Amino acid sequence: MKRSTWASPYFIFLLLFVALPLILILVYAFQDNEGHFTFQHFVKFASESESINTFTYSIEIAVITTLLCLLLGYPAAWILSNKALNRSSVTIILFILPMWINMLVRTLATVALFDFMSLPLGEGALIFGMVYNFLPFMIYPIYNTMQKMDHSYEAAAQDLGATPSQVFRKVTLPLSMPGVSSGILMVFMPTISTFAIAELLTMNKVKLFGTTIQENINNGMWNYGSCLALIMLVIIGITMLYSDEQSAQDDEKGGLI
Amino acid sequence: MKKLLAQAYLWLLLILLYAPIIIIAIFSFTESKVLGNWTGFSTRLYQNLFSGGVNNSLISAIENTIFIAIVAATLSTMLGSVAAIGIHNMHGKNKKVISFLNDIPMLNPDIITGISLFILFVALGISQGYITVILAHITFCTPYVVLSVLPRLKQMNPNEYEAALDLGATPFQALRKVIMPEIKGGMISGWILSFTLSIDDFAVTLFTKGNEGLETLSTYIYADARKGGLTPELRALMTIIFVTVLVLLIIINVRTAKAQKKQAK
Repeated sequence: MKRSTWASPYFIFLLLFVALPLILILVYAFQDNEGHFTFQHFVKFASESESINTFTYSIEIAVITTLLCLLLGYPAAWILSNKALNRSSVTIILFILPMWINMLVRTLATVALFDFMSLPLGEGALIFGMVYNFLPFMIYPIYNTMQKMDHSYEAAAQDLGATPSQVFRKVTLPLSMPGVSSGILMVFMPTISTFAIAELLTMNKVKLFGTTIQENINNGMWNYGSCLALIMLVIIGITMLYSDEQSAQDDEKGGLI
Repeated sequence: MKKLLAQAYLWLLLILLYAPIIIIAIFSFTESKVLGNWTGFSTRLYQNLFSGGVNNSLISAIENTIFIAIVAATLSTMLGSVAAIGIHNMHGKNKKVISFLNDIPMLNPDIITGISLFILFVALGISQGYITVILAHITFCTPYVVLSVLPRLKQMNPNEYEAALDLGATPFQALRKVIMPEIKGGMISGWILSFTLSIDDFAVTLFTKGNEGLETLSTYIYADARKGGLTPELRALMTIIFVTVLVLLIIINVRTAKAQKKQAK
């Protein structure tokens, strides 16, 4: 018996529980209630202003969250990886630790914080909660890239007369781009697909795309729900391809130096 | 001065990140029903949690969570380790296909994994409950087991297994005596990772648990929070979860640091 056949049980498992379910989403999305081929769900999605509004609003929230995480997280990752500014490894673990706490627990903790400070729940709480939930996912990949970076480039630039801000703009920033793009991916993808977080942080006042999908599936609208899930999958696929291309380009650039 | 500013920034962010958790931990030591209302130090919430002073559904949710996590982690570790040995010995296109499929559950958002499995179970007419939740958890845990066992196989001398067979060992004996000891570390890391992923899961469980009343801790908390107002005992529970994750994370970190040191030698 060849050892490569040992992967067969898992291969069958993957076909059944990973490939087949995704194929089913694709099939259901193009089927009406009688099982005939149709585009009606996509037409419904594109023609209802409510669904389009929810969709664009979700993307807006995801972009804002991602930008805020980048703005707050990049300096943090830079400081963490800079030996002159931070020597303690404990702070690094402290930044990574929240990644391992249940998202729901963290969300409810945010709700508790807002209640405790008697701040109203709503859009502000939603954005705070999202940033709070996903900031570690931005810091970690950027920190990782900066950690592996060859710091002699920075030293060389400095020796050749670059000012600190020039060193940052021309050397540090370009070299840290792979980390930035995977950080954006790790924040943008989950924020675009969240559902329960928004519901709890806004007392169900604000509806996100993920919530719409969940509601449709719960109400037995499987075909329309599958159509929405397929739209989400396409967006995620595009984001992933884009960031793959980014990192491939960065690798090429890295190779040229 | 620069260092002071940098440290101040880091700690400000950390305070922001931890403020919610710290508030919950502090108020887990008081009895008040409403969070933010300090009615004196008490460990009553913890006692209630362990002496059955809370309603049974919370206890059974905790039991379900642990049961599902143990079963899913164990089955994932078995399936994933055997698969990793197979994948390690594969070449070319087959290896690419299986590696691609293995990546999908890790990249897919939870909601997509949950919905796609829900639709699968509906389409196949399988009634949802423990079995579907466990199958779903195995689906998103096994890829991580594969990825933690594969590097160990790469480090191994490929001739050892052949030598065992030449010396008359059956393939099963060779697996147990030669391969197993080499990949044990990866299997343990894979199991711990699967266990934490399973306990942590919310979205996939929500879509695959059916409506026969099966609840895990996350879905229980979700239902509870939706009704408005958390059961006070959940504050104690969240604190315990936080400390447990902290300890597990430190164990994993120490293990990988040790493994890296070994490799460096």
